[in-house]
Amino acid sequence: MTATNTRRAHRAADGTDAAAWTGPKRSYDLVKEFVIALVVVVALTVALAAVFSSPDEKQITLGQWANAAPSDFLATAAAELDGTSGTASYGAPYTHDPGAAQKIGPIAPQNWPGVTTPVNTAQDFVVRPLQGASGDADLRAALAQWTSAGSDQQQTWASGFDEALTKAGGDPTKITQGGYGPVPLMLTKLLRLAQSGGLDGALLAQGHFYQTDYTKPLLFLADGTYLEDRSVAQHLGGDQWGMMNETGNYPGQAWLWLYTFWYQIKPFSTSGNADALVWALMMVLTLAFVFVPFIPGLRSIPRLIPIYRLVWRRYYRDLEMRT
Amino acid sequence: MNAARQTVLSIDLNHPGRYIHWGVIQISVANLVVIALMIALFVAALLLPFPGPRRSR
Amino acid sequence: MTPDVQVDPKGWTAWLRHRAVRSFPPEQLMPDEQPAYVASWIYVFGVFTVAALIVVIGTGVILSMEGPVWWHVSGVGHYVNSTHLWSVELFMAFMVVHLWGKFFMAAWRGKRALTWITGAVAFVASVGAAFTGYLTQQNLDSQWIAAEAKDGLNSVGIGAYFNVLDFGQMLMWHIVLLPLVLGLLVVVHVLLVRRHGVVPPLPAGSQANQAQVPEQEAGSRP
Repeated sequence: MTATNTRRAHRAADGTDAAAWTGPKRSYDLVKEFVIALVVVVALTVALAAVFSSPDEKQITLGQWANAAPSDFLATAAAELDGTSGTASYGAPYTHDPGAAQKIGPIAPQNWPGVTTPVNTAQDFVVRPLQGASGDADLRAALAQWTSAGSDQQQTWASGFDEALTKAGGDPTKITQGGYGPVPLMLTKLLRLAQSGGLDGALLAQGHFYQTDYTKPLLFLADGTYLEDRSVAQHLGGDQWGMMNETGNYPGQAWLWLYTFWYQIKPFSTSGNADALVWALMMVLTLAFVFVPFIPGLRSIPRLIPIYRLVWRRYYRDLEMRT
Repeated sequence: MNAARQTVLSIDLNHPGRYIHWGVIQISVANLVVIALMIALFVAALLLPFPGPRRSR
Repeated sequence: MTPDVQVDPKGWTAWLRHRAVRSFPPEQLMPDEQPAYVASWIYVFGVFTVAALIVVIGTGVILSMEGPVWWHVSGVGHYVNSTHLWSVELFMAFMVVHLWGKFFMAAWRGKRALTWITGAVAFVASVGAAFTGYLTQQNLDSQWIAAEAKDGLNSVGIGAYFNVLDFGQMLMWHIVLLPLVLGLLVVVHVLLVRRHGVVPPLPAGSQANQAQVPEQEAGSRP
């Protein structure tokens, strides 16, 4: 059969398939079928929920983080202040840093919308919360020293302290004093604020009364390692097929298997552009899925793997008996 | 936790998850059970006889 | 209506009514028979998916009556949350089995491509609806999912408009926008099935004779 004849035959078949069915029919009660389905689903749902319940691992507050892992908190706060944290060096949509964006070949769609959710990590995560809680004179003096200094001086202090803290293994008491200005006091006060529970409200509210946007507290929390450690312990990490998983022994989102699969293999697993590459790939595959009827080869698979013969076996048998 | 709903029949899934490792694949037992059940449902749907037709003409 | 009142036969109402009845005559919209080849359990997964979606929405409505914190502080609330979770698992399972069946039946044949497309887009919308649900649980899961998902979405520019860290936005997408979109897609999808009928069988020897024109019943060609 030539390609033209095959196409012609497909078109003819398509026309036949579109025609209203005038062959044998059977009675079929759709409403009864629906009611039965609804009753069965309700029964299954009620039973599954009663037997298995649902997971609810408690949220991590900034206060809990600061109390459970003060070194990690302090290191994160230092990185927010000197602009080396994940958020501070993220690029769009949080900061102006076009070079930080992930790339798909030569293009960086991350940059296209621009900075729509601006975050100044030093101001938003450290200075402003401290200003809101500056009850004691030492802190007020430290903040005055910070805000009256030039940005170069601020950077020198913050970077210096960040490096010293890293060298001291995260323990500020081991840092030999020297040239960090008000930074050590500011960060220690921030830790105390967090441990008392005051930072949660301060980071969320940002001076407002009503608030439903958790961008700033979540970015700060995600910049540390505590959230990640707790999540990886529950098998939710990116290289653990985590997107599919749920805490405990609960089933997760099995339908995300293909999204998470790419992150597990090269070249994605070793690429700094993994997110952009995987998401772009999944967009292409999703389009292919939506437009299967128009994709030669893909749309022929049902004929090549003849599961349909099981579905319509009675019809084929009856047809054979009649002819 | 859910003390009001804890009955003899309930199964607590809040213990550390069990995972199966097979090469690059890591899958939770829970997800594997769900997928296996779906495949079983699909196969059963194909194989089980459907109630006979009541021909209307 | 008195006999001497003038009725405008060209009005919008009459036009819409005629279009609707012409596209979906009552016997076609709610038939009590199907072609004889609709004789397999695989055919029930569509209606089971719809039934599960109704239970998802119903349990979601109960949760919405008490607000997003309720299930963390109440035993009854936690149980309702569990029904919402498990109905979602059932919904996704039935939908995927339905999808497998429809793929292997090549159910897009006979000008039914739009039925496949609306179904596929509904699947994608469902994944999105589930995703926003997980984001708005307000527990450790939500915190981690938000922290991770932002990277994927930001990397392709979507994160600038769809902020997974914004609980308020995500909750409204989950309980308003996505259910509306999904509901609309499902309605159109089901209407398309009623419009075009259930796809006829592939010709019996299809895998060997791809070019063969399928035989309908003798005397059945209009």
